[in-house]
This record gives sequence, C-alpha cells and structure tokens, in this order.
Amino acid sequence: MRGFIIKEFFHIFRDVRTMIILFGMPVVQILLFGFALTNEIKNARIAVLDYSRDEVTAEIIAKITSSGYFILEENLVSEDQIEDKFRQGNIKQVIIFEDNFAENLEKDKKAGIHIIGDASDPNTASLLANYTRAIIKDYQANLLLNQAAIPVVITPEPKLLFNPELKSVFMFVPGIITVLLMLVCAMMTSISIAREKELGTMEVLLVSPLKPVQIILGKVTPYVVLSLINAITILTLGYFVFGMPMRGNLALLLLEAMLFIIMALSMGILISTISKNQQIALMISLAGLMLPTILLSGFIFPVENMPILLQILSNLMPSKWFIIIIKGVMLKGVGMQYIWKETLIIILMTAVFIGLSVRNFKIRLT
Amino acid sequence: MTISDHHIIEVRDLVKKFGSFVANDHLNFFVRKGEIFGFLGANGAGKTTAIKILCGLWAPTSGTIRVAGYDVYKETEKIKRNIGYMSQKFSLYDDMTVGENFTFFGGIYGLSNSKIRERMTYFLKKLGMEDYKDRVIQSIPLGWKQKLAFSIAVMHEPAIVFLDEPTSGVDPVTRRQFWDMIYETAHEGITVFLTTHYMDEAEYCERVSIMVDGRIEALDTPVALKEQFESDSMEEVFIHLARKGVSNGH
Repeated sequence: MRGFIIKEFFHIFRDVRTMIILFGMPVVQILLFGFALTNEIKNARIAVLDYSRDEVTAEIIAKITSSGYFILEENLVSEDQIEDKFRQGNIKQVIIFEDNFAENLEKDKKAGIHIIGDASDPNTASLLANYTRAIIKDYQANLLLNQAAIPVVITPEPKLLFNPELKSVFMFVPGIITVLLMLVCAMMTSISIAREKELGTMEVLLVSPLKPVQIILGKVTPYVVLSLINAITILTLGYFVFGMPMRGNLALLLLEAMLFIIMALSMGILISTISKNQQIALMISLAGLMLPTILLSGFIFPVENMPILLQILSNLMPSKWFIIIIKGVMLKGVGMQYIWKETLIIILMTAVFIGLSVRNFKIRLT
Repeated sequence: MTISDHHIIEVRDLVKKFGSFVANDHLNFFVRKGEIFGFLGANGAGKTTAIKILCGLWAPTSGTIRVAGYDVYKETEKIKRNIGYMSQKFSLYDDMTVGENFTFFGGIYGLSNSKIRERMTYFLKKLGMEDYKDRVIQSIPLGWKQKLAFSIAVMHEPAIVFLDEPTSGVDPVTRRQFWDMIYETAHEGITVFLTTHYMDEAEYCERVSIMVDGRIEALDTPVALKEQFESDSMEEVFIHLARKGVSNGH
C-alpha cells in the first residue's frame, strides 16, 4: 500500500502537465479571477436626470460618484434624451430623481428614484443597478441615524448583505476552490485510473494479490492530500491577497472540503469505470463535470437569473451546495446548524457515486 | 501423490455465460507442472474469458477449476499470490525507472526489500542490463521492455505465469530471445500458459489447445495435431479449425 502511494506520487511529480494542472492552475486561476477577470465594474459612465435639484439629490449623486464605481458623464434635462444616450453607447446607466425629491422625503417619508440600465449587457446592468441600490441604501441608513424617521426610498437586494463592498473576489474564491477540487479530484483520478487501463497495468494490478479496494485507495490517496493542499493554498491566497474574510470555523470548513474531495473522488472513480481510455475520461470529466460546475453552480452566473429548468438542474450539481457551504462558513460565519442540509446532500451524492462505482466494478468482475 | 501434484491447472466442465451468450462451453483440460502450454484461438473465441477465470478475476458460471492447487471459487487470493501475469501491453510504468518498477511490483507481491534487490540484481545481470537500473522505462527499446516485463512477472517465483500475447509487435530477434527466456523459466519449474497469434510460436509449445466458438476443438502436442489434421504446419491446423467455426453458422 505504501509502495503504491509512492508510485502514484512518481506519476504525478514526473508529469509536467499534471504538475501544472495541480499546482499552477490554482495560483493562476485565483490571480486571474481576482485581478483581471473580475466582474466587478469600476468607473462605469452614468448620466443623471435630476428633476428636483435639491440638497438631498446632490448628496446622493455625490455619494454615488465618489464610490469609485461610477463616473458622472453628464446631467440630462429630459427623458427624451435617455434612449439616445444609451444608443450612443458610452453610458451604462441613468439615474432619475423625481421632482420635489427632498420635499417628498420630508413629508411622505418616501421619494422615488428610477434606475435605468442598459440591459443589452444584462450582467453589467444588473450589477450596476445593485451597486446603486446598495449606495442608496447606505445613504438611507445614514438618514435614519440622523432623523430617527423611516424614509422608505428603495428596497435593497438582500443578496448584497454579506458583501457590502461588492467585492467579486468573495464570489470567486469559493467558486475557484470548488472548480479546482473538482478538477484535481474527479478529473485527475479518472484520468489516472483510465491511464492504467490503457497501459495494461490495471490488469496486472487486478491479477496481483492487491484487493480492488486497495488499488482504488492507493490511487486516490495522493490526490486527497494534494487537493487539500490546494484548497489551503487558495484559501491562504484569498485571505492574504484579497482580504477574503474567514468568519466561521476553519476546522469546519476543512472538514467540509474533505467531504467534497471524497465526493469528487467517487465521481472520478465512477467516470473511470465507464471510460476505456484517458481521452474518454478527460472528455467526460470536462463535459460532464467542469462545464456544469462552472456554468450551473452559481459560480459565474447567479442561479436566480437562470431559466427555471436550469435552476432545477443546478440542484444536481454538488458544487452548488459546496459553494453555499463555503460562503456560509467564510462570509457569514455560520456553524453546522445552518449548513447541515447542504452537507447531507453532498454526503448522499457521495453515497450514490460510490454505490454506482461498486456496481459497475462488480459487473466487470462477474 | 494426488493428481494435482502433476496437474498445476485442472479444468473440468468450465462454463461461463454472459446472459444467453456462452463464452466458455464445457472446457476440459489440464496443464502439467513446468509445461509450456499454448492457448490458441481466433479473436472472440473465448480465450480471454478463460484466462480471466483462471487468474481469479472472474467467477465461472459452473465447473470445477483448480489453479496451483487452489479452488477458483473460494481461494482466489491464494491463486493470485501464486501466479504471474504479463499482458501484450507490457504493463510496466513508463514514467518510472527500471529499479522503481521492480520495487513496486515486488512490493505488491509482498516481497521484502532485500528479496527485491536480490531478484532485481539477478534479472538485470541475466539480461545484461545492469547499467539500466536508473533509466526510465520510456527510454528503453520495446524488446528490452518486454523482457523486463517478463522478468517482473516471474520475480516473485510464481507456480504459473500467464502470458497474454507476449510477443505481439516485437522483432523476430527479440522474439527468439524471449522464447529462450520462456524455456529457461519452464526449466526452473514455472509453468508457462500463453496465448499467441503467431503459429510458429505455437510450434514451440509442448502442448497446444485451440478454441473455436467457446469450445476447445483440439488439444495435443503440435506434432500430434499436425498428424491429426493432416497438415504441414500449425497454421494450417488453426485455419482448418477456425473455418469450421465460421461454417457452423457464426
């Protein structure tokens, strides 16, 4: 068994491609997502149509423009201009303040702001709208402190609650951990098992006195260790480079990561039982695991924005549940009592994958 | 002295079915200790199935089978300890050195480190490959890899070594040298059970069985078989039998 694990490490450390995937990817991905591919928008050009022109609207506008997310391109005078401005394409959003804004706020405790986004780029539009809402909500909170009144200006999205600075890295770190654990565990194990089949060494191993369980454990153990190291690397980078908070229990998080790793490994084993060679294993892993993980887990595209069918489908993605767990533990600092449901789902999925793998394995043996 | 002392493999009425398909249809044969036994048959005749059963990988549907004195139903673990196996794919790890391959395969058969070192030195000396201990398998010519794979398959001194098309894709000179190794191994008392598609190799075997459509159609020494089918070569014998299989409506 020890010899087996040593052998597996030889395979990993001697293959440049494997090494790059294992250790280059996490660092490159997190830096890429963190710095370059951020979907956080800075310096978006906006226009303001202020019918009121009082001190409150001036304050709000000042607050919005000083946030760093927006640059005030111009002040409009009539609604007719809006469509033209959007057509020209250099303005992403228009904010409209109703007439007598300050007065209404004073009298009715209620004043209206219209946020119009250029939805030809829906992600940017909704992001900017969210930013604006958050800023207004912040302003509203300040008003509350000063006046002890309750002016209901606008209802902010609760989604921004735990990420008030709107840092996209908070979304990406959990996503990247998930994708990479999936990649390393499921893809790498399925490929490395398929490789043995292809080389014919699997036959020799099966004919040897080693039990199938020993073969599988010997093959996956190195990947468990490396995946855990990877998860810790990403967390450390997230924490120190991007200031990702760690509000919950670190031990709990690592335990959940361990569970997810085992889930991904059992998926990898399942894939290897149905694929004859490395190419097939790679294709199944990429098409069947990586893409859905990236697209459906809520890592890049929010699940709430998907068509209902895809939303239902996304429930089948183990990564979706793991991302919820990571966000819960890291950003909200919740304990087991809040994430037991997600944990249970992943445990169930693991059981199903192991069960299917064992069945497939037995079919081959009888 | 019981019969099993002479017969290292005993197969009686071996049947293996996959659903309604009969892969092995009442096979009956034995292999003597130290014999070189050729197990021939066209692709799909049921050879691989039979070998997998003999190696303890698959359970037979019915029949009495003993390998190295152990029962294939209950004692597969003991069977596995007492056999060696080499497939046509050479089955060594490309990215590991010669020495590391010896260490790994010795390890999975439970050999001690000193035993592994002793056997490795013995084989490398025999093959004249002492200088290759730290070379990665990838950088070694095919023929040498194959001889190494064979050495590793018999490194733990098994009672039987199964060779599944061991010489496919190898040049004639290496093939010759490989057969020298097979003879030597058999001489040491290790039974050699091999499959091949080269009919000249069938002539080198002590006894040969030919499978057609899941049944053993012929089993004897190459000389006796040629006489029985009035042929000049094993190739003719084989083609004669294989055709019969085809004309049976398969």
